[in-house]
Amino acid sequence: MRFRDSTRMILGAVLSNRGKSLLTALGIGVGIAAVTLLTSLGEGLQHYLLGQFSQFGTRIIAINPGKDITQGLGGIISSTKPLSLGDAESLRLLPGIERVVPVVQGAGAVEYGNRERKGDILGVGSDMPSAWQFRVAMGRFLPDDQSGRSRSYAVLGHTMKTELFGASNPLGQNIRIGGLRFRVIGVIEEKGQMLGFDMDDIVYIPTDKALQLFNREGLMEIDVTFGPSHSSTRIAERVTQRLLERHGEEDFTLTSQDEMLATMNKVLQILTIGVAALGGISLLVGAIGIATIMTITVGERTAEIGLLRSIGSSRRQVLILFLGEAVLMSVLGGLLGLLILTVVLSAIKLAVPGLPFALNPIYLIAAIVVSGLIGLVAGVVPARKAAQLDPVDALRTE
Amino acid sequence: MIELRQLCRDFLVGDQTVHALDHLDLNIDKGEYLSVMGPSGSGKSTLLNMLGLLDKPSAGEYLLNGTATSGLKEEQRASLRGGHIGFVFQSYHLIPRLNARENIELPLVLAGVAPKLRQPRVDELLARLDLVDRAEHIPNQLSGGQRQRVAIGRAIVMEPDLLLADEPTGNLDSKSGLEVVTLLEELNAGGITLLVVTHDENMGARARRRLHMIDGAISRDWQTDSAESKSILTAKPPTGKPLTQKTDGKAPGEF
Repeated sequence: MRFRDSTRMILGAVLSNRGKSLLTALGIGVGIAAVTLLTSLGEGLQHYLLGQFSQFGTRIIAINPGKDITQGLGGIISSTKPLSLGDAESLRLLPGIERVVPVVQGAGAVEYGNRERKGDILGVGSDMPSAWQFRVAMGRFLPDDQSGRSRSYAVLGHTMKTELFGASNPLGQNIRIGGLRFRVIGVIEEKGQMLGFDMDDIVYIPTDKALQLFNREGLMEIDVTFGPSHSSTRIAERVTQRLLERHGEEDFTLTSQDEMLATMNKVLQILTIGVAALGGISLLVGAIGIATIMTITVGERTAEIGLLRSIGSSRRQVLILFLGEAVLMSVLGGLLGLLILTVVLSAIKLAVPGLPFALNPIYLIAAIVVSGLIGLVAGVVPARKAAQLDPVDALRTE
Repeated sequence: MIELRQLCRDFLVGDQTVHALDHLDLNIDKGEYLSVMGPSGSGKSTLLNMLGLLDKPSAGEYLLNGTATSGLKEEQRASLRGGHIGFVFQSYHLIPRLNARENIELPLVLAGVAPKLRQPRVDELLARLDLVDRAEHIPNQLSGGQRQRVAIGRAIVMEPDLLLADEPTGNLDSKSGLEVVTLLEELNAGGITLLVVTHDENMGARARRRLHMIDGAISRDWQTDSAESKSILTAKPPTGKPLTQKTDGKAPGEF
């Protein structure tokens, strides 16, 4: 039998009962649309979150005080030493290290004239903009003063600047933070939100001033960045080594950004697969629909199968014809699914413009291929049943 | 052309074995015109299915053109059916979504014949069967006689050697029935071997050779010369035993 003739016969059979074929295909269509939509959403979320987290760069290691591994013996009194500015300074000298940012964070009222704004106060070193990939929009960032003798300078985040100064120039103006006076020397460009946290409602002051302001003994974090030719593992080893020398024990924790991103990436991938699998349930239901309809079709057309066999059709030909019907309906469903997807996506984009979507064109091709495979799998049992029918019994059926 | 040797076909019904064909011997020469009659369950349809390679014997041998068919693979049997054997059924067995032309063309399509070779052959048959103006009609739009003519067209489109007809007039009124019988006889006159299974005494009597079956065996096998065959169109059956059984609309195929 010629390919063109088989195709024509299959198409004729599917089109002869349009309502039934369309509904069966719709089952697959909804499944394909669901899987594609959910996978795109999952992948979009993955891109979005990774983008958010990697905006500080990937060659960055954060050191926090305390050890976060669980000890078998409870009740041992922790002898954790705080991370000091001296620790930060000592790390600066290690080979491969490019930037070191000692961080202290707190919150408090920032006053200018008769205006007051409660915001985050971040004590950082002069390396902060280059380490975190922040840009100064106006003026300059905190200077590299000798540790412990920093001048009372402050740099404002965008929101903080707007709230306190409106449209006027803040440079050279004095503000008060927690009763201490700081002179504004710069404004950081607008950063927007990161995971709901306003990155602009912040005032940056020198670390030693922040320690003094919050009356803290130690730093909350030291961020180090390293050159592209160094591996984060190697740098982490050096940092650990240096801090061990200074503290005598491992009372600190290192988190490297690339490790964290890799872990997060893995988690998000699993999430995407999980979400896609949920959509896959609807695809499974669609496949069961095709198998059901094909079984009914074989039952209804038993006499036709007997006739085909009597006029010279082989079992293989019968198998191909019925399998072809299942595949055609399923591929039709795949196309229908893409149509549904387009409509739903357009609606979502209108309703929630900010939703991260990553619709990979490969998915569209994959959707058609997958729907074809589903048809093949769902159609195999009924088509085999058709091919195995005894022609004499089949002809007897009316 | 056809040689059946001690052919048996047993069916298991419940825990009982039914001998639908019981050590049957039969020779059919090319170009013969046979009718097979007998009561329901005598094995007529089983014999037809066996000759048409739709069924396999439980024992014995079926030689078609000198070839033993028992050793043939399923694909070879299908190919033999397609190329050498035509079937005409009581209930036509037309595919409802295909029009008359497509139904006739179907065996050519299955055999992979090129469309440009198919068309003249189908056109010729449509003309011969007086179906030219019905070519694009689907079976539902055709009368019983027309449907059976389409079915005959389909049966002979591959130019088979053997035409097997199972109650071909069973669903037709007498006028259409006579048309169909005449058509089959014309085909036989053209050289095709024709075997008709029927309950209709008048139709059975038209054949040159008549078989009567009882309990899976041939109880009578006799020749009627053509003069007699024509003259007994309305006469009593020559068996001496009147067969009162008329077509009752029952589906063929019971044994």
